[in-house]
Amino acid sequence: MPKIPDSIVPAPLRKPAKPGQSGDPKGQAPADLKTSPPEKQTHVERLTDQAKDAPADVLAWVDQRTAASGFLTGMLYRKVPKGTNWFYTLGSATLFAFIVQAVTGVFLAMFYVPSTTQAYASIARINNEVFLGQLVHGMHKWGASVMVILIFLHMGRTFFFGAYKYPRELNWVIGVVLLILTMLMAFTGYLLPFDQRSFWASVVGININGTGPVVGPYLSDFLRAGPELGATTLSRFYAIHMLLVPGAIIALIGAHMYLVVKLGTTAPPWTKIGKPKIATPVSQLDAGANGSTPTNGASPPS
Amino acid sequence: MTRRRAFTVAAQGLGGLAGAAIILPAVGFAVAPIFHRGKERWEGVGPVGDFVEDTYRQVVFTETEGIGDAGKTTAYVRMSSEELGEEPGKFVAVSNRCVHLGCPVRFVEAAGNFICPCHGGVYDFQGKRIGGPPVRPLDQFQTRVRNGQVEVGPRYSVTSQLEPVRARDPGEFTGGIWEYLYPPRPSTFPAP
Repeated sequence: MPKIPDSIVPAPLRKPAKPGQSGDPKGQAPADLKTSPPEKQTHVERLTDQAKDAPADVLAWVDQRTAASGFLTGMLYRKVPKGTNWFYTLGSATLFAFIVQAVTGVFLAMFYVPSTTQAYASIARINNEVFLGQLVHGMHKWGASVMVILIFLHMGRTFFFGAYKYPRELNWVIGVVLLILTMLMAFTGYLLPFDQRSFWASVVGININGTGPVVGPYLSDFLRAGPELGATTLSRFYAIHMLLVPGAIIALIGAHMYLVVKLGTTAPPWTKIGKPKIATPVSQLDAGANGSTPTNGASPPS
Repeated sequence: MTRRRAFTVAAQGLGGLAGAAIILPAVGFAVAPIFHRGKERWEGVGPVGDFVEDTYRQVVFTETEGIGDAGKTTAYVRMSSEELGEEPGKFVAVSNRCVHLGCPVRFVEAAGNFICPCHGGVYDFQGKRIGGPPVRPLDQFQTRVRNGQVEVGPRYSVTSQLEPVRARDPGEFTGGIWEYLYPPRPSTFPAP
């Protein structure tokens, strides 16, 4: 990635200096401005300089009012352990798949009609008549499978790298809830085209739900909104698919990512334990006695 | 109780009340269909003379109204047979919904069996399970005769001895302790 020149990044957002190196203290103007004031400029030069400063000024204006830079520098420049590799991108890939689903889903909703008599025809119209409709529908349809596959690969990475262990158990739990919600999205989305395949797949899926003892039969009735799959079933699946579950998924992705940033990632299990570059202050030794200080980026999973 | 604590409790109580006033109706709205039973529906499927004792005739009728063809279902209808120990002069309407997971079964004349294409469930002439994954005999529909027409009505399930019980979904056992593990749903009609 090309390095962004410091001149267009407002001081609070600049990459913090590495420990042990002396960097510019935050918020101070570059030294040369003080020692050598700008020479006489033409009108055009002055305007050019102002235009160059504009992005920085806007960012600084927002930052003064939100103090977001502290959070952003902490998140963007956070330390990652040695040995971080391509497997660590599976979570981001899953997030990207979700964003694709969200965006294409919004546009599909502009043409889709959640009615038992018109749903199939509206999907046919999206595929056959709407400009690029087949592409957007195809992205949503195949993207659903991609997201499910990626979420399992991401889960496998977390499991085999031992990244679910202390202190990241809660993030594993949130991830499992996200997996269940994703499966619910896949299940409810499958009925929406309302063709033979989706109708019978939903019949079978609801009946599998119904085989749970005691609550199963009631769960089936809840999903179908009645004893048989009918018009209200489709409306219900549509509402769950595009209103209820996406909101929950977005909220939980927020919590999931907060914990990733807060706790840091783990090194791969094959990484050798080296001496930390910076000595741990004695006052913190008791907290990290078992070698799993979450703030120390190079710590192995324990 | 201090004044501060009393106000805290009162404020939290009022907040809870306000929350409940919003949440409870919304949840009730969503779960209400579980407790709602629709109107009993009967539909004529053909004159009495169309149906015989020793084989089935396939009929298609509407089980769920308002969703067009998707609301239709198929039943196999015949006259009751004394040879099989059934009450004479009645009509038997066997649902084509496999009780494994709900696929459509077909009556195969040559074998005299109902066979499911999905996972190989096999039922005998009366609908009793004789092979494959199904958990009970095929469901049936209530029947009656009006003006010389055979009419089919609400669905019901049967135990392995063909005793009628309230309709269960596919995959749910019937009879004995299963009547408690898979309780009858309020949205279904009482067994005949």
